[in-house]
Amino acid sequence: MTPPRSALDLAAAIRNGEASAVEVLDDYLAVIDAHDGEIHAFNLVTRDAARAQATAIDQRVASGEHPGLLAGVPVALKDNLCTRGVPTTCSSRILDGWRPPYDATVVTRLREAGAVMVGKTNMDEFAMGSSTESSAFGPTRNPHDTSRVPGGSSGGSAAAVAAGFAPVALGSDTGGSIRQPAALCGVVGMKPTYGTVSRYGLVAFASSLDQIGPLTTTVADAALVFDVIGGHDPADSTSLDRPAPRVLSVLDEGIQGMTVGVLTEFLEDADADVVARTRQAAEACAAAGARVEEISVPEVRLGLSAYYLIAPAEASSNLARYDGVRFGLRVDAEDTTAMNTATRSVGFGAEVKRRIMLGTYALSAGYMDAYYGQALRVRTKIIEGFARAYRRCDVLLGPTTPSTAFSIGAKVGDPMTMYLSDVCTIPTNLAGHPAISIPFGSGDDGLPVGVQLLAPALAENTLLRAAAVIEAAAASMGGSRS
Amino acid sequence: MDTPRLTRDDVAHVAGLARLHLTDEELDLFTGQLAVVLDHAADVALLDLADVPPTAHAMAVTNVLRPDTPGLTVDRAEVLAAAPSVEDHRFRVPRILGEAP
Repeated sequence: MTPPRSALDLAAAIRNGEASAVEVLDDYLAVIDAHDGEIHAFNLVTRDAARAQATAIDQRVASGEHPGLLAGVPVALKDNLCTRGVPTTCSSRILDGWRPPYDATVVTRLREAGAVMVGKTNMDEFAMGSSTESSAFGPTRNPHDTSRVPGGSSGGSAAAVAAGFAPVALGSDTGGSIRQPAALCGVVGMKPTYGTVSRYGLVAFASSLDQIGPLTTTVADAALVFDVIGGHDPADSTSLDRPAPRVLSVLDEGIQGMTVGVLTEFLEDADADVVARTRQAAEACAAAGARVEEISVPEVRLGLSAYYLIAPAEASSNLARYDGVRFGLRVDAEDTTAMNTATRSVGFGAEVKRRIMLGTYALSAGYMDAYYGQALRVRTKIIEGFARAYRRCDVLLGPTTPSTAFSIGAKVGDPMTMYLSDVCTIPTNLAGHPAISIPFGSGDDGLPVGVQLLAPALAENTLLRAAAVIEAAAASMGGSRS
Repeated sequence: MDTPRLTRDDVAHVAGLARLHLTDEELDLFTGQLAVVLDHAADVALLDLADVPPTAHAMAVTNVLRPDTPGLTVDRAEVLAAAPSVEDHRFRVPRILGEAP
């Protein structure tokens, strides 16, 4: 397999005629054909539609047009992003056969920028999980070691980029679902500030936490994709009414004079080899002229508990719409209530049922204030804790995950242990802040390690400048990508 | 506030509210698993946070209104085509009257 080419390089080569979009697509499809049988990154490969898009890009180049920032770049979409007329399953049986009547805003923006959509990627059912094992269609395998999980819930997207099936994938991140699989698969994964990327057409899991973001092979590609998909969208009432982001242009500005805080709590939660890589990343920041200090934000310790009350509570409400009436699966029964119950009981898998019940319980009479209400107050405390840290620091640094990729099957029987995989990523979602995972060497088992940078709301510029420094350090160390 | 340990009856009740039918095996399994998660959440439930305001949404969001102007929206035929059962341009469902509460 040839080394991965960045989306930036591919788009430039296609725009100036050095490469054709159709040839580039065929190269990626050949890799998919050769290896996805084993990896199972895709639920669906949209071969014909992709070829039509690529052909159109080549024609636009030939006629002297500017076909966009992502001209001819193959992009894989997590299967919870609506694609008009193309099955969108959320890896759930309950959406069996559903073809959305509209495109997600991010899909429209990618297409307008010349991207070529190659398919829909496997995921944990309704994005609930950390290993892609809760998919109704079977697990995705980690390209670095096929006995291991790719992480989740955007495991198909992370595996697709890691395996060279596409240079770019989109995922969604509710509690770490972009960053955790990116770390486990050795790719870059970014969760933007809540509200900077439209959620219109993203099938809702926990609406106050969900955010779409890129998985890529380089930090510059993550910046490029964020610039393309970000910006205000009137179709999403939580979309921030601000100018579209422009982060790619500031990537090379360095971090001289910045303060990088190494987050004590995240170090305490991680394995020794992951901590060692994180400390090396901190040294790289110091070498690039940043002031590095260790900082404690004790409130983040409460994040996991608060998240596993808030996210299920929102999910129990969002997933009420799967009732067998308007789309997807219906299991017939004598009356509507029985039909609703039969449909949901057959259509949802175990993890989705657990979360719906947990959320319903947390919102039920007598427990709402003790659980959901308390969790919302904890959310305030976490935001205050981060605010205190950001008065001293420009960015925070820590591991993305406590460990490298675990074995398939190792945690499925024990949901609480699975939930702990997200302990370092969840606090960011509760705060609405941006964060990014950057591949940084490997662990004692030879598998990829991801380090995570966190920044205040809307500080994507700072976040990505620091990420570029860490990426360069990983490259000079060698073995950042296998 | 005290949070008693989750029981099998609690799970059965909640499953009914959520329109889920659980087998006996599922009830046993989920009761144990959900109790572990709620035990972990006890650290949150037991904190004294009476003076802390709740945050439902990290970014300040207010209700968004737009002018009520006609425009193209999703196509009705395309929406109905996705439904399991349709009659006279409407979603068709089994009977809803006379059922148990």
